[in-house]
Amino acid sequence: MEFGLSESQQLLKDNARKFFAGECPMQEVRRLMETETAYDRHLWAKMTEQGYTGIIFPEEFGGVGLGKVELILLMEEAGWALLPGPLFSTVALAGAVIDAVAGSEQKKRYLSAICSGQARSTLAMLEANASWRPADAQMATSNGRLSGEKLFVTDARVADFMVVVGPDGVFVVDAKAPGITVEPMKTMDLTRKMYAVGFHNTPGERLANAGGLIRGLDVAATALAAELVGGMQRTLDITVAYAKMRKQFGKPIGSFQAVQHHCADMYLETESARSAAYYAAWAIENDAPDAAVAVSIAKMYASDAGRRVGNRGIQVHGGMGFTWENDLHLYYRRAKAAETALGDAAFHRERIAQLVIDGCPASSQSAPQASADVTAAS
Amino acid sequence: MDLTLNDEEKEFRNELRAWLEANAPNDWAEWREKPLEESFPYLRAWQRKLDLGRWAAVSWPKEYGGRSATLMQQAIFWEEMARVEAPSMANALGLGLIGPTIIAYGTEAQKKRFIPKILSAEEIWCQGFSEPNAGSDLASLQTQARLEGDDYIVNGQKVWTSFAWVADWCELVVRTDPNVPKHKGLTVLLVDMKSPGIEVRPLRQITGESEFNELFFRDVRVPVENVLGQVNDGWNVAVSTLMFERGSYGARLHLVFKRNIDRLIEISRTRQTNHQPAAKDPLMRQKLAQCYAEIEVMRLNQLRAFSRITATGVPGPEGSIQKIFWSELNQRLQQIAQELLGPYGQLSHGDSRAIDNGIWSYGYLRTRGNTIEAGTSEVQRNIIGHFVLGLPRSY
Repeated sequence: MEFGLSESQQLLKDNARKFFAGECPMQEVRRLMETETAYDRHLWAKMTEQGYTGIIFPEEFGGVGLGKVELILLMEEAGWALLPGPLFSTVALAGAVIDAVAGSEQKKRYLSAICSGQARSTLAMLEANASWRPADAQMATSNGRLSGEKLFVTDARVADFMVVVGPDGVFVVDAKAPGITVEPMKTMDLTRKMYAVGFHNTPGERLANAGGLIRGLDVAATALAAELVGGMQRTLDITVAYAKMRKQFGKPIGSFQAVQHHCADMYLETESARSAAYYAAWAIENDAPDAAVAVSIAKMYASDAGRRVGNRGIQVHGGMGFTWENDLHLYYRRAKAAETALGDAAFHRERIAQLVIDGCPASSQSAPQASADVTAAS
Repeated sequence: MDLTLNDEEKEFRNELRAWLEANAPNDWAEWREKPLEESFPYLRAWQRKLDLGRWAAVSWPKEYGGRSATLMQQAIFWEEMARVEAPSMANALGLGLIGPTIIAYGTEAQKKRFIPKILSAEEIWCQGFSEPNAGSDLASLQTQARLEGDDYIVNGQKVWTSFAWVADWCELVVRTDPNVPKHKGLTVLLVDMKSPGIEVRPLRQITGESEFNELFFRDVRVPVENVLGQVNDGWNVAVSTLMFERGSYGARLHLVFKRNIDRLIEISRTRQTNHQPAAKDPLMRQKLAQCYAEIEVMRLNQLRAFSRITATGVPGPEGSIQKIFWSELNQRLQQIAQELLGPYGQLSHGDSRAIDNGIWSYGYLRTRGNTIEAGTSEVQRNIIGHFVLGLPRSY
């Protein structure tokens, strides 16, 4: 049993760190977030060259054919860099869902376009009721024509096609199809733009196997948990560096226990979120029996921890943490968007409850005995 | 990353399973609720049996009676022991902390003298570290030892000493040089608990039991050959014992916690909260799911730490994460139990209406100690701040 990264996994992670630091440093993040779409086609072309757009997709479609663990290592580093633009939307949302629900001809068409860097995409799922349960989608889908409004659709303006979840199926819609309106939503996260997308009798292609949707969403949720871990790690790194440098009462503030303990808790939650995300990725990749629970644990933990790590980071920075100039709020904004996307902590706790309280897992069938052993060996 | 068992790990597990099938006792349930004073001979006999099968200290090197088990194999060991609900071992501190310290720092003569009897539970060990005025600031301890001929003469007091009432030997940290900075004047002595001048008193704790003792030393003679490690290098020896303490314990606890949350889920099906079965109450569902998830995260943190330690060779200061995590989680688990049980949560052992014989009222009180014993949460956070994150020392 080996829970560490293999040499090639570590190499992929290190290379991604270097790539994002070189191609998209913080001043570039700030430049892009001020643009309408936060998308840069030169950066996109370079990420395609790296194989990032095809990282988990089969080689027959021009992908790299790596596993979910490699995907989340890439997403962790994208989170650390606060990468703007549609990499997550295209690969971890639309791509992962297509991979899980499309027929082979459909996969060939759409995944090949994603792998080659030719197309960007996204997932349109939430409606006005803001429910992440696929069954709660209400848009009309009769005769392959979609009508209704999808909200909080990330990167819709730069998508060439969108994956749309309806109450009775999953569809791919060409972004230039008739009847589509794309209207920006003014959200907290400036680095990943969101849109309200209207469909008015818009033609869509039904994907072959909608039953795979939950699995696709699980891949996306795990990738998002990993992105949150990257953001937490960066927030921790920035905060620790500041606590060593900033002086009050003639000493670095990091020498005060009240400050140190904030930092220690940030570290504890970051590492714990990482353990949960890595395991969830491994569990999906290997079809482990507890994969669904593992995904919900990872997203639940990261959703809460991402917010708390951000809170502490800002607090340790004092007034500096409250300024626009400091980078922390950019991570904090991303963490808020990621916290609710694909189900917030309460959503995933309820899912865990359904799986382990209602679902009678093996462990609770054997009339467990509680244990009185609550002592430490001291 | 590969979270399946490799061939060696499977072989280890299968050999242990076969041994446990033939040797694990089936009458432990009759003993487990009795006071430790009564069940102790039973636990000694069980450890003796494990030792004969070379299962008492799997992490120890082969030449000292262990199996040189990897950390993953150790995790498998505790999982299998929990699976068959095996009794604990009598000489917990000797096996877990003190034996490994003697193996690391002891002379050949000391190893030969002490190790076999630790394994066989023939000699039980306790650990004399904390003092009334030296808790978190352990290095400020005042129990003093001065050299007189070939003996050290020990005077002072220790507190929070587990197993002292039954112990034959004690790993004792004493001050041998009061004229140097506090970390530099300490020495570890191996003390025969039958020596004249030692008094053991029970220390009654919040739960009403006396798990711990106070130890008094009045002119106790300890021969110089019982110094462990170098004279005035006792701080390093003691710290290595504390590292063993923080590193190894979490693996076992995950299984205890898992059993407890499974039991709480079971109870939630029959108890009412907010006018409905607790298992259907959205609030309780959230809390139970949160706790279930955190127990899993604790297990995963542990497994990741094992892989890291295996790669780097040493348990590092990041072990403090496990200590904070398990101790605070255990308190949250007991809090959820209290909310689930309502007024029944306060019923104690012996009350006819108590649920699960009062273990939840006991657990609620006992877990208060978890964030204090084996290094307080505050000290663990200091360790993370300074030794892991590189912040300036705060004390």
